[in-house]
Amino acid sequence: MSSSQLHVGEVHAHEHHELSFIHKYIFSTDHKIIGIQFLFTTLLFLVLGGALALLVRTQLAWPHAELPWISSWFLESNGGRMTESFYNMLFSMHASVMIFFVIIPLLAGAFGNFTIPLMIGAPDMAFPKLNMLSYWFMWPAFILILVSFFAEGGAPAAGWTSYPTLASSSMPAGQGFDSPAAPNSGHGQIFWLLSLLFVGVSSMMGSVNYITTIINMRSPGMTLYRMPMTIWALFITAILQAFALPVLTVALILQSLDKLLGTTFFLPPAGLEFANWETGPGGGQPLLWQHLFWFYSHPAVYIMILPAMGMVSDIISTFARRALFGYRAMILSIAGIAGLGFIVWGHHMFQSGMDPRLGTGFMIATIMIALPSAIKTFNWLATVYRGNVQYTAAMLFALAFVAMFIIGGLSGIFMAATPVDIYIHDTYFIVAHLHYVLFSSSLLGIFAGIYYWFPKMFGRLMNESLGKLHFTLTFIFLNGLFFPMHILGVAGLRRRIPDITNAVLESPLVSLNQFMTLCAFALGVSQFIFIYNFFYSLFRGEVSGRNPWHSNTLEWVAPSPPGHGNFETIPVVHRWPYDYGDYGSIDHLKQTDPPDPSHPSGQHH
Amino acid sequence: MNHASDSLAHHEGNLDPVKAGMITFLASESAFFGTLIMVYLFNLGTAFEPEREPYTPGKMLDLPLALPGTICLLLSSVTVHYAAKMLAQKKDAAFRLLWLATITLGIVFLGGTAVEWRDMIHAGFNISTNLFGSSYFTLVGFHAAHVTVGIILLTLVLALSRRTRAIHRHEVFAEVVSWYWHFVDGVWVVVFSVVYVFGR
Repeated sequence: MSSSQLHVGEVHAHEHHELSFIHKYIFSTDHKIIGIQFLFTTLLFLVLGGALALLVRTQLAWPHAELPWISSWFLESNGGRMTESFYNMLFSMHASVMIFFVIIPLLAGAFGNFTIPLMIGAPDMAFPKLNMLSYWFMWPAFILILVSFFAEGGAPAAGWTSYPTLASSSMPAGQGFDSPAAPNSGHGQIFWLLSLLFVGVSSMMGSVNYITTIINMRSPGMTLYRMPMTIWALFITAILQAFALPVLTVALILQSLDKLLGTTFFLPPAGLEFANWETGPGGGQPLLWQHLFWFYSHPAVYIMILPAMGMVSDIISTFARRALFGYRAMILSIAGIAGLGFIVWGHHMFQSGMDPRLGTGFMIATIMIALPSAIKTFNWLATVYRGNVQYTAAMLFALAFVAMFIIGGLSGIFMAATPVDIYIHDTYFIVAHLHYVLFSSSLLGIFAGIYYWFPKMFGRLMNESLGKLHFTLTFIFLNGLFFPMHILGVAGLRRRIPDITNAVLESPLVSLNQFMTLCAFALGVSQFIFIYNFFYSLFRGEVSGRNPWHSNTLEWVAPSPPGHGNFETIPVVHRWPYDYGDYGSIDHLKQTDPPDPSHPSGQHH
Repeated sequence: MNHASDSLAHHEGNLDPVKAGMITFLASESAFFGTLIMVYLFNLGTAFEPEREPYTPGKMLDLPLALPGTICLLLSSVTVHYAAKMLAQKKDAAFRLLWLATITLGIVFLGGTAVEWRDMIHAGFNISTNLFGSSYFTLVGFHAAHVTVGIILLTLVLALSRRTRAIHRHEVFAEVVSWYWHFVDGVWVVVFSVVYVFGR
């Protein structure tokens, strides 16, 4: 006990230390403030990414519409209508913003920072200053990606995948940055590359910090197999990031060198002609970019969903008032998904001239991911089964996560099978799949997390009725928007085509596109309920107290919001986080509740 | 029936957080260099026609020129190892001497690379000459950048060691810097073998 008393003294010493506004909210080293900083900035970028998506949808539904309200920005020659290269820019930037500036920093940056020390019973991260730096390294990235919109030639338009030669054509002497291969692959593309390098450095600092904190800073009694699923998921995600991200860093550096110093890593050998120039001597392999990019970006899709899976596991167990079914199987399946994630990148390249025998290997490895994913899904269902379910807004979003993940997971198996992929590759089927996983799963998981941890972040509850209204409208309209994409894809509609009205086979699909666009706008408008609820509750919400959800994990032992140093006394952990059920007068045993022979822990070793 | 009592002691056997952080960082760095080396090998295997090409690994790389620098770098790993040992034994004078030797050997290595590069660039071979030039200068350049960072960190520790109390308060920092230096040396062993020995 003496060691924990020693810690208590340190914590109190921290609390007496008064901080100025700038140190408390701007250059803060407190993990909670950094998490909230990530939350606010990434939610702003969510608005930007959503606006770009609505412009994409507008063009798809009414390709000949005149858009006077934005024409001053980009349209000189096209009679008030959207140009094709502007459309290319829209979907490229929508994806880049959503992936690198919304989903990843929201899950790892916002929730990772906020929950890790609180849920393992630590006063802060292992390296608080490094943590602050990881947030401030995002700002050059934010600025560079925003500047790229105003760069000469416009923002990048080669897709978020930035495949060479489209994106990476070098700039021959005398032609400056007006790169001839793709109209927007000059300045804008360079800003994109630099911006992502900063995101990479930031994530790298974050993951070093998360791994060290989880290994080193757990409170007494918090063994690895007593950690909540949120922490397990964030831990495995951080490891994934630490090993996969350097590969993207190398790829980004090499493409930058191609553009700035005239190297030829991703440019084909001499003899190929582009619009008004031909490739020089040397000559590399455009395909190499695809290998490097997907070697990072496939693990990255798990970086974008595993933390949400962890959060949803804890939320479902809390509101079903039942122990999480198959805790160890849940951990192993996350580890399995992460491990398999490193050997399946080739399934993005079935159509890149891959030997079918190699493709079969990638196909088998990819389909094997269905196994751990199914284990997780069945375990979530088994947790809810016969539970005393409380349908809060957080629980509704978490349950929707499970339902939507089933759809997104099943459509993934279609893509993994090489023969099917040949047909549906680059159609709206893949667009449907990735949006079911990224929007309908990850983002719904994020909403669940916000409703769930909001009282811990700000000490007040979000309004439940508005939350349920937000959930209902979001759920209806996202399915109205994304489900028809499956149908479009199977009907053969290719992605990234700005105008289908003149295509014989595809033009009958315009009316369905118009329906989807209406759903998209309704989905966008529904989010105003969330914005209103968020800011109203921030100031006027019902005061929550320490543990409004009667949850077991450690963060609910701390005050809401927790002060500097988090806990009044370092919590001592006696049990796993999932002891929900009938314990006489109460229905849950907190992780700090001392062992009691009449209430044995539900965790079996 | 519960494991709480034995796990209370859990805190004590833990690795220092700075060391754990450095291990994670170096693991990530090895993925970085692993990728660069893969790119080098990939390019070596695809795009060369040695007969027609004036700038090939065989024609441009000079093993005798690269060898002294390599030996210096390997030696510096030995000196930094014993320097860290001296620091732990509180033999500060020996520590400073060995640490200074490490920095000197590192600078000699960088000087060797500079001489090598100067000759290559005079011969008309640079990063944009061909795919080999791109791969070679990128890989060796990023390694040299890491050596430079290492020398800066080593110098920082040397500056700390002017005050006995300061350096012993930062013993862990000195130790992880020595780990970083070992890592950079280890990477060079691989890069040297791939580029100068097997890749010619």
